[in-house]
Amino acid sequence: MIEVEDLRKVFAVRRRAGRLRRTRHEVRAVGGISFSVPRGEMVGYIGPNGAGKSTTIKMLTGILTPSSGRLRVAGIDPARERTRLARRIGVVFGQRTTLWWDLPLLDSYRLMRRMYRIPDDRYHANLARCTELLDLGDLLEVPVRQLSLGQRMRGDIAAALLHDPEVLYLDEPTIGLDVLSKAKVREFLRELNADRGTTVLLTTHDLSDIEQLCKRVMVIDHGRLMYDGDLDGLHAVGESERMLVIDLERELPPIDVAGCRTVKVEGPRQWLAFPAGASAAPLVAEVAERWPLVDLSVREPDIEDVIARMYA
Amino acid sequence: MADLAAGARGYGLIVAMWVRTTMAYRMSFAMTALGNLLMTAADFATIAIMFSHTDVLGGFTFAEVALLYGTTSTSLGLADLLLGNLDRIGGRIRDGTMDTLLVRPVPVFAQIAADRFALRRIGRVLQGLIVLVWSLTALEGVAWTPVSVLLVPVMVLSGAAIFGAVFACGAAFQFWATDAAEVQNSFTYGGNTLTQYPPTIFTKELVRGVTFVVPLAFVNWLPALHILGRDDPLGLPGWVDFASPLVAAACCALAGLAWRTGLRGYRSTGS
Repeated sequence: MIEVEDLRKVFAVRRRAGRLRRTRHEVRAVGGISFSVPRGEMVGYIGPNGAGKSTTIKMLTGILTPSSGRLRVAGIDPARERTRLARRIGVVFGQRTTLWWDLPLLDSYRLMRRMYRIPDDRYHANLARCTELLDLGDLLEVPVRQLSLGQRMRGDIAAALLHDPEVLYLDEPTIGLDVLSKAKVREFLRELNADRGTTVLLTTHDLSDIEQLCKRVMVIDHGRLMYDGDLDGLHAVGESERMLVIDLERELPPIDVAGCRTVKVEGPRQWLAFPAGASAAPLVAEVAERWPLVDLSVREPDIEDVIARMYA
Repeated sequence: MADLAAGARGYGLIVAMWVRTTMAYRMSFAMTALGNLLMTAADFATIAIMFSHTDVLGGFTFAEVALLYGTTSTSLGLADLLLGNLDRIGGRIRDGTMDTLLVRPVPVFAQIAADRFALRRIGRVLQGLIVLVWSLTALEGVAWTPVSVLLVPVMVLSGAAIFGAVFACGAAFQFWATDAAEVQNSFTYGGNTLTQYPPTIFTKELVRGVTFVVPLAFVNWLPALHILGRDDPLGLPGWVDFASPLVAAACCALAGLAWRTGLRGYRSTGS
């Protein structure tokens, strides 16, 4: 569904040097990446800020023209046939809405229906499905600017799916959402992928998005593809650790349990690091059995940490 | 050609939606359109006041000046109504929402031009038409021929196309300089003020510059001079009086080229 071969994007940046002189710098945003995504796969595309994620997505949607390389989405060259491709893909930008700011949600949808020439039955079926699963019933008559971030995001996702796209790009779809909205969005995406076989490419900062949705992860850094495989493999490569934070009844010396190490003690609270690939359950059981445990929480490693470890 | 048809269709869809939204508040629309008409009418009143002190200005009578004013005002009004929102493109580029337009199956030009279509701007078109019609009834000593009668609508439409092309060029320029809206306004709105007065009250150099640099003179001066049976101050050959549609077509082609170049540039830098 998506085929990328040695894709490159170089920006020319002019910088002032002296009063009149300008020097040209070449900034390599994407430096030769290759991958392919088969139909129906859900892939997480992650990397730190400025790694080239957005640039890749922009080339895959036809917004940006690649400097070189071969690119096909649903058999179409995005840069050359942008508007033809537009009918077959859906795009959600977490930071910006694709809806018309001053119009009620439903008016935006009606306009999309005509713009994309969506057949009546498909439009009504998709709208009904999105309204139900994304809980949009009460929001359809509300102007977009009055929606909360989470509501707007759900509205945007529905808008991107009305025309039955074969590929859905999601750029930070859960950024700034509360726990409930996040769960709703994730649940919806999982069902979409399972029921309709929509190919999904997801960029995110939130590793739990990937954990809950994607079997496959691609990591990009400095414009290069650093990792392409499953999430467990990423943890193994990155030797990343999860953190078990425990509150004990009183201050105690550092806990000593096999399979983890105590990294920090602060009064009755202790931080235990253990490999991200391992299960937290036996560890919790052992701690609870041997120490006076009051409360606990498990913290997932964040993307930046994993990547930082990978290439440290 | 397919692009053009897709653009026109998309433009129509978006405009229809905004008109529907506007018409949900009929009273508010009527008030703002009227306000728009009155604002531009005040503009014409200054010219009327000038003529209360003198019968001729640069050798032109009040009715003749009204003809110039009416045609150019109608032309600008039409261009402003149809394409006036193109200057929002700078803001769109700055805040990054340009990208959301590029992922829809409608040409970007149509989407930006039609976005927030302001039907109230029809006020200026109406004001221009009123002045134009009045001037046509008030003109004395004009020998109307079938050609000069036809020249009136041709003049108005060519003028609208030329103003529209200038709007489009200005918008295209914003791909490079995102604060160019002001530069463009000095061409369109400044040009509008210029063409409301007879060319003879300005110096020859200014007139020459306007004729050739920004071919706004074709909006109405040259054809209007033909209708009024006068010679133009530059002594150009007679056929240029009829060249407005050609100039308009050339301007539109140039604007189309500028737009394409600008958009291509944007898509290679993304900023």
